[in-house]
Amino acid sequence: MAKFKLFSEESNRSPLSRLWKKFKANHPALVGLWIFIALTLLALFAPLISPYSINQQHADALLLPPSWHDAGDVRFILGTDDLGRDILSRLMNGATFTFGLSIIAALITTVLGVIIGSLAGMSKGIRSSFFNHLLDITLSIPSLLLAIIIIAILGPGLLNTVWAIILALLPQYVHSIRNLVVEELSKDYISAFRLDGASKWKILVRGVFPNIYEHIVVIFTMALSTAILDIAALGFLKLGAQPPTTEWGAILAENLGLIYLAPWTVGLPGVLLFIAVLSTNLVGDGLRQVLKDRKAD
Amino acid sequence: MQPILKVQSLHKTYHVRVGLLKRKNIPVLTDISFCLGKGETIAVIGETGAGKSTLAKLLAGAEQAETGQILLNGTTIEDDGVRQDHCRHIRMIFQDPTRSLNPGLTIGEILDDCLSYNTELTHKQRDKKIAHVLIRVGLLEEHYHYYPHMFSGGQLQRVALARALILDPKVLVLDEALSSLDPSVRAQTVNLLLALQKETGLSYVLITHHLSLVKHMSDSLLVLNKGKVVEYGKTAQVFAQPKSKVMKRLLNV
Repeated sequence: MAKFKLFSEESNRSPLSRLWKKFKANHPALVGLWIFIALTLLALFAPLISPYSINQQHADALLLPPSWHDAGDVRFILGTDDLGRDILSRLMNGATFTFGLSIIAALITTVLGVIIGSLAGMSKGIRSSFFNHLLDITLSIPSLLLAIIIIAILGPGLLNTVWAIILALLPQYVHSIRNLVVEELSKDYISAFRLDGASKWKILVRGVFPNIYEHIVVIFTMALSTAILDIAALGFLKLGAQPPTTEWGAILAENLGLIYLAPWTVGLPGVLLFIAVLSTNLVGDGLRQVLKDRKAD
Repeated sequence: MQPILKVQSLHKTYHVRVGLLKRKNIPVLTDISFCLGKGETIAVIGETGAGKSTLAKLLAGAEQAETGQILLNGTTIEDDGVRQDHCRHIRMIFQDPTRSLNPGLTIGEILDDCLSYNTELTHKQRDKKIAHVLIRVGLLEEHYHYYPHMFSGGQLQRVALARALILDPKVLVLDEALSSLDPSVRAQTVNLLLALQKETGLSYVLITHHLSLVKHMSDSLLVLNKGKVVEYGKTAQVFAQPKSKVMKRLLNV
């Protein structure tokens, strides 16, 4: 019965596992990651686990405060709104729209950004410039304003919001990824790899991507927090998600008239928005810090 | 004896854009010729900016010359800037091994890529060859799974050597490859290189500014100054009777 290890085990730490080890030591970032994962799961499974359906009205329970309040009811943990709908269920389902849709928008932007950015980084001269500055015109307009313009053309709706956000985020993405690719390409190991007989595609896939994908994740988190805020803001302005869609910004706007009568109906979606953006930023910031530390080693 | 590597009047010019339309031509190498026999070493020395590194890049195929030929074993592999083969037979070791190995891949993956791009070997044969070459440069088979950051500088230079040797080259270009190492590790690496030369008849092009290393390793010597050959001959002879001003200055006589 060995109670202690006689030999220290040598492990071959890949760059990724070193990253994780350092990330684990950063507690705020780790908490952010847990919240992030919880929100992602909620966005996926909300309709299955929410206690009531989003439009189920309870005529006997209008404007009930949260259950820990004296007047509250334990059936409705976070209370009800003026139509007697359970706020907890609505907020849970709202994660699918605000958080889930933001992730999808950021993912699509990532895929498009990586493709265009790599093309710009791998090519030279005018062709590189073309890819790099393809969408630059949208850089001059703030993302929210751009979204409003697109919605003015296409009409309000959640899907149009997503398109607008993708278009607004894409140029920054293309620029960052092009810069990353160009920086990698100038390194010695890429020229050594080229001398090994690697094709352009191999250089990109085996030489460049293994060294920049963590940076892409950092850019992804930044894009995600912007996307969350934009979707919520457009929902709040009644340009994005329309009631009775349970998008958090739309819930906020819908209940704004009740702010003195039932502050929880406005406060709770606001808190959730705050938590979603905070957790995303914590993860992104922690990751960036860790990448910096690893580079310094 | 047929020389393994023959270089005939290589010229290389860099074009630098000055202003909007003007272009300035900066000649880096003019009329470089030399021969290298099997199992021999030629040292290239010169001041900074003399074109040593450019010569290394030209030989390895990282850059193309304007005019001139490079002949390997009697067959032309580069003629006036057109490269025929994929640099399998002339391999280069870079100055800094910490920067010339991909930090995102394991040593085994790096070596495996080399083999799969250049040979028709099966997966099993490749693994066997990688293990063999790792042992030959004084590493272990287990280092297959290691990442570059887990090695020290001297070991990394061995990995870089393994990467160069795995394609069974005829000529190895060492571009300041030994300068970044500390003296004891450098001595080890030099001994390893000399042992390999004895075993397999490799030829080296040694680019350096360590004169003691030149004396110890090389058979012939090429002195460059501002892109021109100012002295070329047997090492011992050049050291004993330097003719050019540059060599005299380097030797302090």
